[in-house]
Amino acid sequence: MQSGIAVEMRGITKRFPGIVANDHIDLQVRKGEIHALLGENGAGKTTLMNILFGLYQPDEGEIFIHGRKVGITGPQKAIELGIGMIHQHFMLVEPYTVLQNIILGAEPRKGVMIDYREALARVRELSAKYGLHVDPHRTIREISVGMQQRVEILKTLYRGADILIFDEPTAVLTPQEIRELMAIMRRLAGEGKTIILITHKLKEIMAVGDRVTVIRRGRVVDSLPVRDTSPEELASMMVGRKVSFVVAKQEARPGETILEIENLTAYDERGVQVLKGLSLDVRKGEILGIAGVEGNGQRELIEVLTGLRKAASGEIRLRGRPVRNESPRRIAESKMGFIPEDRQKRGLVLDFSVGENLVLKNYYAPPFSRRGLLKYDRIFDHAAGLIGEYDIRTPDEKTPARALSGGNQQKVIVAREVAGDPDLLIATQPTRGLDVGAIEFIHRKLIEQRDSGKAVLLHSLELDEILNLSDRIAVMYEGRIVGVLDPRETDEQEIGLLMSGGRAAEGVGNGDEASGHVGDGGEASEGVGNGGEASGEGGNGDGASEGVGNGEETSGGVGDGDDAAEGGGAGHHLGGSGVRA
Amino acid sequence: MNGLVRRLFGESALIPVASVAIGLLLGAVIMLAGSYNPILAYGSLFSRAFGDMYNLGETIRQITPYIFTGLSVAFAFRSGLFNIGAEGQFIMGAVAAAAVGVLIELPWYTHVPLALIASALAGGLWGAIVGWLKAARGVHEVITTIMLNWIALHLANYIVRSALLEKGMARSRYIHESAWLSNPDLTGLFDNARIHYGILIALVLAALFRFLLWKTKQGFEFRAVGFNPDASEYAGINVKSTFVKAMFISGLFAGVGGACEVLGVFHYQTVSSAFPGYGLMGIAVALIGRNSAVGVVLGAVLIGVLTYGASGMKFGAGVPEELIHVVIALVIFFVAASGIVEWMVRRFRNRNGVVHGHDDASGGR
Repeated sequence: MQSGIAVEMRGITKRFPGIVANDHIDLQVRKGEIHALLGENGAGKTTLMNILFGLYQPDEGEIFIHGRKVGITGPQKAIELGIGMIHQHFMLVEPYTVLQNIILGAEPRKGVMIDYREALARVRELSAKYGLHVDPHRTIREISVGMQQRVEILKTLYRGADILIFDEPTAVLTPQEIRELMAIMRRLAGEGKTIILITHKLKEIMAVGDRVTVIRRGRVVDSLPVRDTSPEELASMMVGRKVSFVVAKQEARPGETILEIENLTAYDERGVQVLKGLSLDVRKGEILGIAGVEGNGQRELIEVLTGLRKAASGEIRLRGRPVRNESPRRIAESKMGFIPEDRQKRGLVLDFSVGENLVLKNYYAPPFSRRGLLKYDRIFDHAAGLIGEYDIRTPDEKTPARALSGGNQQKVIVAREVAGDPDLLIATQPTRGLDVGAIEFIHRKLIEQRDSGKAVLLHSLELDEILNLSDRIAVMYEGRIVGVLDPRETDEQEIGLLMSGGRAAEGVGNGDEASGHVGDGGEASEGVGNGGEASGEGGNGDGASEGVGNGEETSGGVGDGDDAAEGGGAGHHLGGSGVRA
Repeated sequence: MNGLVRRLFGESALIPVASVAIGLLLGAVIMLAGSYNPILAYGSLFSRAFGDMYNLGETIRQITPYIFTGLSVAFAFRSGLFNIGAEGQFIMGAVAAAAVGVLIELPWYTHVPLALIASALAGGLWGAIVGWLKAARGVHEVITTIMLNWIALHLANYIVRSALLEKGMARSRYIHESAWLSNPDLTGLFDNARIHYGILIALVLAALFRFLLWKTKQGFEFRAVGFNPDASEYAGINVKSTFVKAMFISGLFAGVGGACEVLGVFHYQTVSSAFPGYGLMGIAVALIGRNSAVGVVLGAVLIGVLTYGASGMKFGAGVPEELIHVVIALVIFFVAASGIVEWMVRRFRNRNGVVHGHDDASGGR
């Protein structure tokens, strides 16, 4: 590792009305390293990076880039200094092609015309150099989220960035895409780029980081090499107390079946069949986890179960009562609680008070309403009780939900759904975007529900979460349950294979083997999550022989590197990207 | 003072009040640029509006329809709908009231209520069409309300011409006196100004607006859908039927407003080639009033006073009446661009050292 200091921030202080977001923060990032910036939501890490990228001006402190003191007055200035930022929410023009997005605002010109040939050559050169394979001619809306992120990375590289800031880059990615991204980051660092990774996920830091700086409440707790620390140590630094990772739970004692699903079929908005005869049951006193790569019908399944989407055929019974295609309210009244995936869009009315949100599903029933009138004193009493019980951090029950942190917003939802005393609790991505403390809390609540004899249906894209919490794991692939596994007798490998459409018994040749062994260069093989897009182009054959084989994994069939190369089109090949053993 | 303002107007009072002040100030600057005397101009505007009983009565008459249409637009806004159609709902209410007033003869204590109910239904149904089209067919309400405005205008003209026409005139026959909303006792008090009891109906409806939205179960649903239809659907609220109900109530407010103009002011309905403009001004009123009942009433008072007082400005200071539209436009501009005003208010406060670091205005207590 080179020893030059790429970024040095000294005594950075930034105050916002009411809080000090950054309190004399010192940060040193060496050239060519992957430097993780770890902290809970609201700890001040994004603020610090926004200062580095020129979006905010610090109230105090100095910034040095490659040893030279600089004033970063705006993003334009940051870009001139070679700093690029990959935002959590991509800033791409959807109907434009990949190429157009990359060059947008920095187009090479020939007279008044854009010189696309020159642009294409430069983009191809960059993507070859860093293993960022994209098809320059497809539009943004045609490509996957992971692919869009590559476009964002290419955008910064195209503008000559040698310091790249990634803001929570994995929040929107599938497990496979995450591993691909890790490989890309390593490759970038290997080519001499300096990477700052903002995250609150310890696993990512352990997997990819060289050094880590932990920030808590606007101050630096410590800055140390990743190899000298452990996830446990980092977590306690981040949260300020000891955190347990292993979810303590007793043996499940499943009882009678609460939810039965038989041969369920449904279509999405475009008329594509997304559920293809799905059958499943969930019993009292167990947590059934649904694992799967995003886009295999999980969302639609949950929507059908909760009444938000109509099923075409099949049967759903809740405690023996048929509830298919009933209204969301009727279903909820049949004692189903539902923690939705998108808490701000579905779960809460952000402009309503915490109290109102806590009765969002039963405001119409006594004691909260009588004769058509709302009983606000009862609503707020109820809220005060739940705020205490669930430790929801809010000034009071009349504060709008918008003012709460993500973790506390999620607590409001969990409190509401659990307080309804459901027989079946459905939780989708219940900890997405939350920090360690809040995740712990939510997990504990789900297990409490199980132990008190409820049926819990958990859907998560975080495989760890599924493995840790579930008593049975149902793997979903292309609108069907392709396997129900016992978490004590399975591992990430087997699940990952089922998730990609393969069969555990068959074994798909070397491709899947590589995918299992993360850390031995196996990142190269993570074609698993690419949906239909994975394929090779041209010279991918070599890469494939190094254990990539992504084409056949995605299609679920059995093939070899040549097949992958013939797939053509998408150009999502991972040839050398992960090779950094 | 600040606390009082906030208690009276709700949390969001400061911005509209500051916007009005800035609008009036900039209006003054424009007058100065045209070498008019702004103090004299505003002085004569207000003395025209409030100077004597007659003018006070006329000012109140001017304010009344703005309250109705302001409530109409604000109610739809609260439910997440942009009702550009208060104009058409107002006209439908007016023609319904005119029909009941002209064609039916009843004692006043049933005639007036019947006319009002007819207008409420007419305006409400005119609005409900919009809600239904949105719920069933997904047609955006801005499109349908604009189109329905024109249909209402010409449908009303057709009804007046074919069923209610006074021979040789471009208007309906007079409504029976039993349907009047004004009486000599009241107009006498105001020196024969055309003030009518519609103002009381408007204030009652404003109170109902507030009660319905914040005290009832149904109001909870309207507000939930208005803020977040996705979460409302998830929570089991029937979003589509809520749209229809909300548009019915929104149209009802405007329809009763139309009735009050016919029953209280003119006592007939004209055949008209243009819109009266109350519906569109209702959007401004709702904006200034930030979609609250009290805000709408105050917004209507502001617009009513400025519109009616404008002629005084012309006589008193020679300022062209049209200038008042510039002032109104400026006020609306600053309310709409509230970010600018918020920034100005914050700067102003910081400089005066009222707030140290903790800006409680933005802190949202």
